[in-house]
Amino acid sequence: MSIDTARAAVPPQGGPAARRLSSSLSSKPRTRLALLLAAPLTWLVLVYVVALAALLVSALWTVDSFTGELDRGLSLDNLKEITTESLYRTVALRTIGVALLVTVVDILIALPIAFYMAKVASRRMQRILVIAVLTPLWASYLVKAFAWRSVLSDGGIFQWAASRIGLDTPGYGLTAVVITQAYIWLPYVILPIYAGLERVPNSLLDASSDLGASSWQSLRTVVLPMLTPAIIAGSIFSFSLTLGDYITVNIVGGANQMLGNLVYTNVGAANNLPLAAAIALIPIVIMIGYLTAVRRTGALENL
Amino acid sequence: MRITTRRSRRAAGALLASSALVVLAACGGGDSDEGSKPVEKLGKTEGKVSILAWPGYVEDGSNDPKVDWVSAFEDETKCQVTSKTYGTSDEAFNLAKTGDYDVIAASGDLTARMVASEEAAEVNTDLIPNYEKVYDFLKNKEWNTFDGKNYGVPHGYGANLLMYNEDEVTPAPTSWSAVFEPEEMAKYKGKITAYDSPIYIADAALYLMKHQPELKIENPYSLDDKQFDAAIDLLKEQRKHVGEYWSDYLKEISAFETGDSVIGTTWQVIANSVQKSKVKAILPEEGATGWSDTWMISSKAKNPNCAYKWLNYIESPKANAQATEYFGEAPNSKEACDFASDPKFCETFKAGDEEFASQLWYWRTPVEECLDGRKDVKCKDYSEWTKAWTAIKG
Repeated sequence: MSIDTARAAVPPQGGPAARRLSSSLSSKPRTRLALLLAAPLTWLVLVYVVALAALLVSALWTVDSFTGELDRGLSLDNLKEITTESLYRTVALRTIGVALLVTVVDILIALPIAFYMAKVASRRMQRILVIAVLTPLWASYLVKAFAWRSVLSDGGIFQWAASRIGLDTPGYGLTAVVITQAYIWLPYVILPIYAGLERVPNSLLDASSDLGASSWQSLRTVVLPMLTPAIIAGSIFSFSLTLGDYITVNIVGGANQMLGNLVYTNVGAANNLPLAAAIALIPIVIMIGYLTAVRRTGALENL
Repeated sequence: MRITTRRSRRAAGALLASSALVVLAACGGGDSDEGSKPVEKLGKTEGKVSILAWPGYVEDGSNDPKVDWVSAFEDETKCQVTSKTYGTSDEAFNLAKTGDYDVIAASGDLTARMVASEEAAEVNTDLIPNYEKVYDFLKNKEWNTFDGKNYGVPHGYGANLLMYNEDEVTPAPTSWSAVFEPEEMAKYKGKITAYDSPIYIADAALYLMKHQPELKIENPYSLDDKQFDAAIDLLKEQRKHVGEYWSDYLKEISAFETGDSVIGTTWQVIANSVQKSKVKAILPEEGATGWSDTWMISSKAKNPNCAYKWLNYIESPKANAQATEYFGEAPNSKEACDFASDPKFCETFKAGDEEFASQLWYWRTPVEECLDGRKDVKCKDYSEWTKAWTAIKG
C-alpha cells in the first residue's frame, strides 16, 4: 500500500522547463534516440573514424630524415613507395600467407573440439571444456609467446619429443610463427564455432540419420552448411589478429618480418611515422576486402 | 623515482623497450636562467633536474636497492632527480625535442642531430672539475665537439664484439669474415645472429673497408651509392645464413644459452651474462663499431645549474664507475677503475686501452654530407639506411 502511494505521490521533480523537455521528448521518439546514442556515437566516431582518417592523412605526410621534423604537406610518395617497392609486396604476401595458414590450422583443430563440446560431451564436461578453452586467455600473450620460444628452441621440449619419432624442431622461423599464433588465437576460433554448433538442433541430425544418411553425409550436408557462418566468424578473428601481429614474429620468427614489424621499425627506429601509417593501410585494405567478401555469407551476424 | 629494469639499450627493435615514466616532483624551483651561450659561472642550484638517459644510466635503487648513485647526488647537491629512459636514439631525439629534460645522455648517432637542431647547449667544461680526469682520447671528438665547441662530456664507451660458442665454433674466429664470408658462414647456417638496427650496416662497411680496398671506404658511416650497395649486398648474403637478429639483449643471451645462436655480434655485458655454454667475445682483427656516450645539456634546460652539477657528479670517478659497471662498458677515466666493485672491471672492458679504443668506429649519424670530408659525392643518410635495413631483412 505504502509503495503505491509513494509511486503515485512522486511529483515531476524538475521545474517547468524540465517538465516541458520531458513531455516534448516523450512525444518525439527520434530526438530521444538521437540523444541516447549521441555519447556512444561520439566515442565511436572519435576512436574509429577519426583515428582511421588521421592514419590516412598522416600517410600523406613526409618526414625530414635528419631533424626528424614532420612535413605536413601532402604527397603521395609513401603510398607510391609501398605499392612499387617489392619489399612491401613480399612482406604483405608473407603476412597473408601466415595469417591464412594460422586460420586453416585453427579451424581444423577447433572443429572437432567444438563438435565434441557441443554435441557429445555431458553438460558437466561441456562446462569444464569451456573453462579450459578460456583459461589460456588469462595468461599474458607475451608469456605464451616466450613459452613457445623455449619449447621450440634447440634442445627444447619440442626437439626432445620430435626426436622420438625421428623429427627435429622447426627452429625459429615462419613455421614457429604459425604454430605459436595458431595456439594463441585458438580460443577465438573455438568459441564462435561452438556457439554455432549449439544452434544446430539435434533433431536435424536425428532426422538426417533416420533418412539414411551416414554420419559423414550428415556432417557434410546438414551441419557444415549451417556452420559456415560460424567458421567464417572465427576465421575473422584469427586472420585479422595474425595480420597485425609483430611480437610473436620478433620472439619466434627468426630473421623474418611481417607487416607489423615494418610498422614498428618505422615508428620506433626510423622515426618515420608517415611511412608507418602508409604500411598500416595495407592490412586495413586486406581486412576490408576480407570482410566485404564474408559479409555476403551472413557470417557477421555470428560475431 | 622508478625506472623499468630492462637494460636492453639502443635496441632499435627492442621488444618491450618500454620506458616507464618517472614521478618525483621536486622541491621548490630556483631562479637563475641561462641563455644558449655557454655559462661563465654557476648560479644557485634550482633544487631539481630532469634527465633523459639510456636504461641503467640513472639508478636510484628503485630497481635494485644495491644499485644507487642518484641518492648520493641528491644529498650532496639538493637537486632532486627525475629521470626517463629510452630504447633507441630516435626515441630519445623525439623526447628531447619536447624540452622537458635538462640533461640528455646521447650516443654518437644522436649528438650530431641534437646539435644540428639546436636542442643541445654548448657546455663550459671549466665548470665541471671532474672533466679533467677524463681520458684524453675521449675528449674533443667529432661526436661531442662541433665547430670547436664542446657540447657534452664523455660517459663511457664500448664495442660491438664478435661472440662465439667455443664448443661449436672451430677454429676460433679472429676476423669478421666468420659472419660475412659465405663459405665460413655455411658451417653455422641458421645459427648466426646480428644486431637488428640500421646502424649494423656500418659493421658490413667496416668489413669491406678492410677487405675490399678498391671501394675506398674511409669511414663506415659515410658511404656513397656504390659503397652502400656493396655493404647491402654483403648483408643480403649474410641474411641467408642468419637464424635471428637481436636488439633485445636478453634475447641474445637466451639464444646463446640454448645454442640457437652460436656466433654473431654482441656487447661485452652480454658475453658476461651468458651462462651454461662456453662463449667468448673477441675484438676481430678488422676492429669494430662501438659507441661512446655523451652527457649533454638541453638548450631549453630549465635547471641549468643542477644540470651542471649532475654532469660534474656523473663524471666523478666513483659515480662513473658505478654507472658504467652496472651497464657493462668502459668508464671515462682511469680513476674510475679504482672504484669498481670488480677489481678486473677495467681489464674486462679494456678501459683506457687506447689501442683498443683506436680500433673502434663509434656510432655516428650517417648524413648526406659525407662524414669523411668528401665534397664531390652525396652520402646515404640515416633514413636510407633504415629503408635498406628493412629491405635486407626482406
